[in-house]
Amino acid sequence: MTDMTRNIAYFAFIAVLIIGTGFIQSWNSALFVLNFGLISAIMALGVNLQWGFAGLFNVGIMGFVALGGLATVLISMPPEPEAWAAGGVRVVTALILGAATIVGAILAYGALPKGRLRALGLIAILIVGFFVYRAVFDGGVQAVEAINPANAGYLGGLGLPVLIAWPVGGLLAAGAAWIIGKTALGLRSDYLAIATLGIAEIIIAVLKNEDWLARGVKNVVGLPRPAPYEIDLQNDPAFVERVAGFGLDPVFASTIWVKLIYAGLFAAVLIVLFMLAQRALHSPWGRMMRAIRDNEVAAEAMGKDVTARHLQVFVLGSAICGIAGAMMTTLDGQLTPGTYQPLRFTFLVWVMVIVGGSGNNLGAVLGGFLIWWLWVMVEPIGLGLMQFVTSGMTEGYWLRDHLLESAAHMRLLTMGLVLLLVLRFSPRGLIPER
Amino acid sequence: MDLLNAIVALSNFVLIPAIAYGSQLALGALGVTLIYGILRFSNFAHGDTMAFGTMCTILVTWAFQSVGISGGPLPTALLALPFGIAGCAALILATDRGIYKFYRTQKAKPVIFVIVSLGVMFIMNGLVRFIIGPDDQRFSDGERFIISVRDFKALTGLKEGLAIKTTQGITVITAVIVVALLFYFLNRTRTGKSMRAYSDNEDLALLSGINPERVVMVTWLIVAALATIAGVLYGLDKSFKPFVYFQLLLPIFAAAIVGGLGSPIGAIAGGFVIAFSEVTITYAWKKVATYALPDALAPDGLAQLLSTDYKFAVSFVILLIVLLFRPTGLFAGKSV
Repeated sequence: MTDMTRNIAYFAFIAVLIIGTGFIQSWNSALFVLNFGLISAIMALGVNLQWGFAGLFNVGIMGFVALGGLATVLISMPPEPEAWAAGGVRVVTALILGAATIVGAILAYGALPKGRLRALGLIAILIVGFFVYRAVFDGGVQAVEAINPANAGYLGGLGLPVLIAWPVGGLLAAGAAWIIGKTALGLRSDYLAIATLGIAEIIIAVLKNEDWLARGVKNVVGLPRPAPYEIDLQNDPAFVERVAGFGLDPVFASTIWVKLIYAGLFAAVLIVLFMLAQRALHSPWGRMMRAIRDNEVAAEAMGKDVTARHLQVFVLGSAICGIAGAMMTTLDGQLTPGTYQPLRFTFLVWVMVIVGGSGNNLGAVLGGFLIWWLWVMVEPIGLGLMQFVTSGMTEGYWLRDHLLESAAHMRLLTMGLVLLLVLRFSPRGLIPER
Repeated sequence: MDLLNAIVALSNFVLIPAIAYGSQLALGALGVTLIYGILRFSNFAHGDTMAFGTMCTILVTWAFQSVGISGGPLPTALLALPFGIAGCAALILATDRGIYKFYRTQKAKPVIFVIVSLGVMFIMNGLVRFIIGPDDQRFSDGERFIISVRDFKALTGLKEGLAIKTTQGITVITAVIVVALLFYFLNRTRTGKSMRAYSDNEDLALLSGINPERVVMVTWLIVAALATIAGVLYGLDKSFKPFVYFQLLLPIFAAAIVGGLGSPIGAIAGGFVIAFSEVTITYAWKKVATYALPDALAPDGLAQLLSTDYKFAVSFVILLIVLLFRPTGLFAGKSV
């Protein structure tokens, strides 16, 4: 069996899984799996760029995904003029002052001679800057959050079309990745892992607590959509007439149609990014990356700037995760910082890349679909398994109740087991790197 | 008098909690640093190892309580601790045999070990949630306070009270004993010396006849003990929640790196650096400042530098500063 037929067989299997879900459960859930599968495949592409191409270990995918989600709010929501008038300018000024403090500290670090003077100067700049920033910032935040807190209480967005948010999400994630990469790359590989773990936690903490930015845990709901609303379709006589021609119920047809529009948009993004990643992998740049990954010392001896190339690929990969994050928030139609779990957004993507085949873009896409399907299905399967295991026990027996209750945690165990088994017995994944 | 009140308030809200938290972090960071020194990877499963050991201890504690065994004024969990350590050690040795050993014989790259530890983390996390559930568990019993606010006020006549929780006292005492034992073991016993030799230079240690598997096994046993003790102390002091233990990973790693990965003394110093910065930066200084400063200078607001929601940001920023300026840590750890 050649590689080609094997790959076709794999993807046919994915198609069977999704279509099977459609027949057994419902077409809505099949399309749900498909849409999230497309987004997962994009995230896996981004992580594959970092891990498969360059051997960089990023455990902060969740943070970059969340930044993409933030971009959706900042771009697409209508602005809140009252909040801007009350304290928006003040908040933005404070942020600029804060950034200026850090830039000033960096400049001072470069300009002052090494020694006690530099240390004291830096500390003085940072402390003064911090207090000035807080003095300006706090009042602004209070003013913004006081305006209509039940429905708004934040600055709102720019009111631009939501599709613009996707590249902007990528840019936000790239910015965060640049800061992390600049500090942690060039050191031991573990340090990058720990630093990314930290930034992800902090990004989520900021999203949860800074109400003026995106309403925190109060969530931003009703994000504008690139697809029409179901209810509008149902009230549109032309649409109803058209689906009636196929003999379909308008309510059912409208939900399917909206999901299909999303699927088309996501597929377009996936295809573009996939082509780019393929071109990158097979270009001199891609070969250089893999050379660096396989032997940093030799690559350095050949005159390659290892740290700079690592930074480049780390930023690119994170940007792709940011784009995927913005797409996911668009699909959800809301930003809910409370739902960002490292398990779901970081480790699941890792399992996708490793199962699919690290270093192979097609493998990453395959892993994205396959593991996402597994993730969605493990819970019903786990519950079924538990019901089977406990079927011999009497009703109300404590162990039975406990096992049934714990079926929800099967996901963690399954994902861990899948990761370990693949790493142990098939470390190159389903579609190995060529 | 006002200055005394300020000092009391400062000890009550900053010094004592930070010392207790610092001891817990130090014990956790010691485990991370030992694994790094001997097995040469950053163990992402450490937080969940702590959770697993704590869970075993909690289950034994409940069993003891149900048959009426108690530690008197001390928490029953201290009696259950050896059983918890045994349970944790059994699991850890099983993971080493079943999972890590394969990669060790293959001489896999450290980053592969890190990914494997991620998988182990999943499984341990799943096990803990499966057995005890994801919710908060409180399991401290016995006397609550060594000295309570009211007693202290009656004793000294000061306006501010000082409370020392039993768990805080136990934390510090246990940490001192554990650290003393660990350093005695590492510096004075044959096994400890062979561990340090192995950590310094693997090949040379092998040549001088040190059995690497034995060193690794002893390391895991010590790590199981340290992780369980750290986890139980943290759980007694605050409460046990699996997700919180996962989140502890960041301050623990920050502590180990600040001190220098691979350096035990550094891990302890790092633990206290992180704990003190976290507590002082997220504490609302209004009360202390009102006592210590003249009235004209007293702050209007809470005088809190960062809200407590950002306590992880503190360890993270310290971590970044250390990585930028001194990647080997305060006590020059093993490698960059």
